[in-house]
Amino acid sequence: MKIGTPKEVFEGEARVAMTPDSALQLQKLGHECLIETGAGLAAGFTDAAYEKAGVEIIKTGAQLYKAADIIAKVRPPTETEVKRLTPSQTLISFFYPGSNAELMELAASKGATVIAMDMVPRISRAQKMDALSSMANIAGYRAVIEAGANFGRFFTGQVTAAGKVPPAKVLVVGAGVAGLAAIGTATSLGAITYAFDVRPEVAEQIESMGAEFVFLEFDEPAQDGAATGGYAAPSSPEFQEKQLEKFRELAPDIDIVITTALIPNRDAPILWTKDMVELMKPGSVIVDLAAERGGNCELTVKDEKIVTDNDVTIVGYTDFPSRMATQSSTLYATNVRHMMTDLTPEKDGVVNHNMDDDVIRGATITHDKEVTFPPPPPKVAAIAAQKPKEKVPELTPEEKRAKEVAAFKAQTKSQVTLLAVGTGLILLLGLIAPASFMQHFIVFVLAVFVGFQVIWNVAHSLHTPLMAVTNAISSIIILGALMQLGSGSFLVLLLAAISIFMAGINIFGGFLVTRRMLAMFQKS
Amino acid sequence: MEYGFTTAAYVAAAVLFILSLGGLSGQESAKRAVWYGIVGMGLAVFATLIGPGSGLWLLSLILVAAGGIIGFFVAKRVQMTEMPQLVAAMHSLVGLAAVFVGFNAEFVMNAVAELQAAGDEAALAALKGFSSTVAHKTPVEIGILKVEVFLGVFIGAITFTGSVVAFGKLAGKVTSSATKLPGGHMLNAGAAGISLICLFWYLGSGALFPLFLMTALALFIGYHLIMGIGGADMPVVVSMLNSYSGWAAAAIGFSLGNDLLIVVGALVGSSGAILSYIMCKAMNRSFVSVILGGFGGTAGPQMEVEGEMIAIEADGVASALNDADSVVIVPGYGMAVAQAQNAVSELVKKLRAQGKQVRFAIHPVAGRLPGHMNVLLAEAKVPYDIVLEMEEINDDFPETDVVIVIGSNDIVNPAAQDDPNSPIAGMPVLEVWKAKQVFVSKRGQGTGYSGIENPLFFKDNTRMFYGDAKASLDKLMPMVD
Repeated sequence: MKIGTPKEVFEGEARVAMTPDSALQLQKLGHECLIETGAGLAAGFTDAAYEKAGVEIIKTGAQLYKAADIIAKVRPPTETEVKRLTPSQTLISFFYPGSNAELMELAASKGATVIAMDMVPRISRAQKMDALSSMANIAGYRAVIEAGANFGRFFTGQVTAAGKVPPAKVLVVGAGVAGLAAIGTATSLGAITYAFDVRPEVAEQIESMGAEFVFLEFDEPAQDGAATGGYAAPSSPEFQEKQLEKFRELAPDIDIVITTALIPNRDAPILWTKDMVELMKPGSVIVDLAAERGGNCELTVKDEKIVTDNDVTIVGYTDFPSRMATQSSTLYATNVRHMMTDLTPEKDGVVNHNMDDDVIRGATITHDKEVTFPPPPPKVAAIAAQKPKEKVPELTPEEKRAKEVAAFKAQTKSQVTLLAVGTGLILLLGLIAPASFMQHFIVFVLAVFVGFQVIWNVAHSLHTPLMAVTNAISSIIILGALMQLGSGSFLVLLLAAISIFMAGINIFGGFLVTRRMLAMFQKS
Repeated sequence: MEYGFTTAAYVAAAVLFILSLGGLSGQESAKRAVWYGIVGMGLAVFATLIGPGSGLWLLSLILVAAGGIIGFFVAKRVQMTEMPQLVAAMHSLVGLAAVFVGFNAEFVMNAVAELQAAGDEAALAALKGFSSTVAHKTPVEIGILKVEVFLGVFIGAITFTGSVVAFGKLAGKVTSSATKLPGGHMLNAGAAGISLICLFWYLGSGALFPLFLMTALALFIGYHLIMGIGGADMPVVVSMLNSYSGWAAAAIGFSLGNDLLIVVGALVGSSGAILSYIMCKAMNRSFVSVILGGFGGTAGPQMEVEGEMIAIEADGVASALNDADSVVIVPGYGMAVAQAQNAVSELVKKLRAQGKQVRFAIHPVAGRLPGHMNVLLAEAKVPYDIVLEMEEINDDFPETDVVIVIGSNDIVNPAAQDDPNSPIAGMPVLEVWKAKQVFVSKRGQGTGYSGIENPLFFKDNTRMFYGDAKASLDKLMPMVD
């Protein structure tokens, strides 16, 4: 099959859906690759680089659409582009079928198969083609960089000869992929980072990235992220009120706000109101990653950077991934390549559009002249549903106490019984055995006890060295042989000599082997 | 030299030995601990040589040196994979030495008794060392001494033949399956019963013959007992023999009246006993059922295994590894047999260099000796902080992308949890089947050492990577990039 990538026609779009690297991988699957002249230029990939990777350069977009069987691009297609599609063609791109219904109808009427990269189901197996996540990751990173460029101070606190610099305080609202990426970037730049999300279960993820989770005192059944495929769901008005109150409290202290709160198929919720912006210090920066859908900040202007009267900069760009075109093209091209890998299971260059496959079915929005959107729910749940935590019946203090006492009594009973039996046996032995024996016997019993105490602490991984060492020191029997060597007949001498010889082997062999083994244990 | 000095040296040596064992609680302190043991041993031997009752110290030194040279070469030459055999072989030496020392004590007793009977006061006074100690004993003490000698010889003899058989099984020179003579454990019980009769006979008559007879019987028990235990139970057997060699030393210590021997014997004995207990617990077997050999009674037919084993080639494993973020490797005896630990280490280095999380999961009874896998991996320079125990890693399997099982079988057998009729039901196992994908490196389709079918091999997320572990890994290595 021939996979072709046209130049993006959207104004200012710098990304490209195929890189020389991904082209090489696609060719390994048995496909041929085509690209329109200059398609990768804005992302830093020259035609020469593509040619070197074995990609055929096509002069115009129109020719490319004629030559290719599969069109891979980034932005949703324009009407013109859709009209160029033929029944045997497949289009792979972002599509947002929920808001582009007419275009989808058009594509279906053309008979082309359309795979929407934004519709890849969120299951583990499909993570390698989850282009939304890879783009969100870049957006989160870039949002912090953008904020830094518009912020007049350091992120990290410093004490210098020229005075003390306080660290920047960053608040990230919404801890999805973009939010977490922003947290990671901000903390690694040295800022003090706070993060908020309506899903309490992400608190752990937030903390793992090094930010502090802004905790909201609110009694409401916790949202189960599993039910919504890992996305947030709208929250109750009371909750929202509480949330805004908390933000209002934080606003005067925060230098940089990065909002990433989006709910699928809805306008972005307003989380950072006008009065909060007014509460902020002059020079503060707000980066609104939800600007595409109206913005989380009341004052955001889509695609623009504005400065308010009290000198707060609000960045409403929507093209963050495109601003890092090389990186985002590389990731997106890899996502597309993985999609192709799933589409060509035999690696023979023949596409097998398997509509029984959860991932392919989910991403396909038109196939065989029919609209196949929305897809049926995937057979595999994205995230395992959280099991309701088992409630351990809370014991009253009296019950606890009674339990402890009972356990203590049982323990005492068994110990006392053992001791009584042991003492009885020893007393019995003492009745018949002479004093000299009992002296040794005390030593023996104590040594057994010491042995038990000591050996329990031996690390599991050292059991083999332990055997070797105990083996070496059990040749202490050499003492007996040494003592006998000096006394008695020739037979005694001979046997004692052999014993000494064997014990000698054991002592040296045992200790040396142990040392050899222990010398090998090393930390990474 | 004063007698007090010897005792002081013994006390110091005993403390050093205890510290030596206690130091094994951590990898770093263990390196110091071995030196404690060596110094303790040196001190003990030195103090005995210059202490009362030992002539011929030159001969002693020569003998120790000769043994030492052999020990030195053995220790240098031995492959880490042969460690179980070596330990078993060394136990047999201790057992045999205990038998000899016990016989010597008996000979000395007889000689002294003859002198006393003859009333030869001058000769008695001229006695040195151990003989003079014996000469001063009362009749009751002599009686006890005889019991002690008898016990020492009995345990020593069992240890000797048992260790020789264990060595043969581990080295592959004797069949590893459980074989018993007709009569089974009745033979052992009978031999033990006759030995008990011999004890009374020996005490009553003081003759040598019952002692010899008992020794022969004990040698037989050691042989037959260990022959009847299957290869999979060898970790328990080796630690049990370790324990026996300690008790033998302690018994000899009683008969010679030497406290250091008693202390060390007791330390070694309890150490071996605890190790055996830990091993048994890890296999969910009772000590008795291990000793009685074979697998205990099963309640009914085993579950039928459904599905089929699906083979995979090296390139499939490589591509899965390249895509994986977290990898867990479960090594077993097969890795030791194929000498694949260095290849595994190379693979781990490569994967870790790519930023993947790679860890090892070690089951307590993996291999043929407690801690066997740890030693092999350490030899191959795998850092010990990525080598984890079963309890540490079992919960992490659901989040693991790829598990590679190299030459282990029973320790990853899900039947232990799913099938109440399985011979290994209830044994704690590594839950590798919960990982996203499992590769099993295995020589062929056979059921392995214990002969139990493993449903893991038939699971949907399991692929069989047939071939010698080392050859397979060598094939895999260039494909991992």
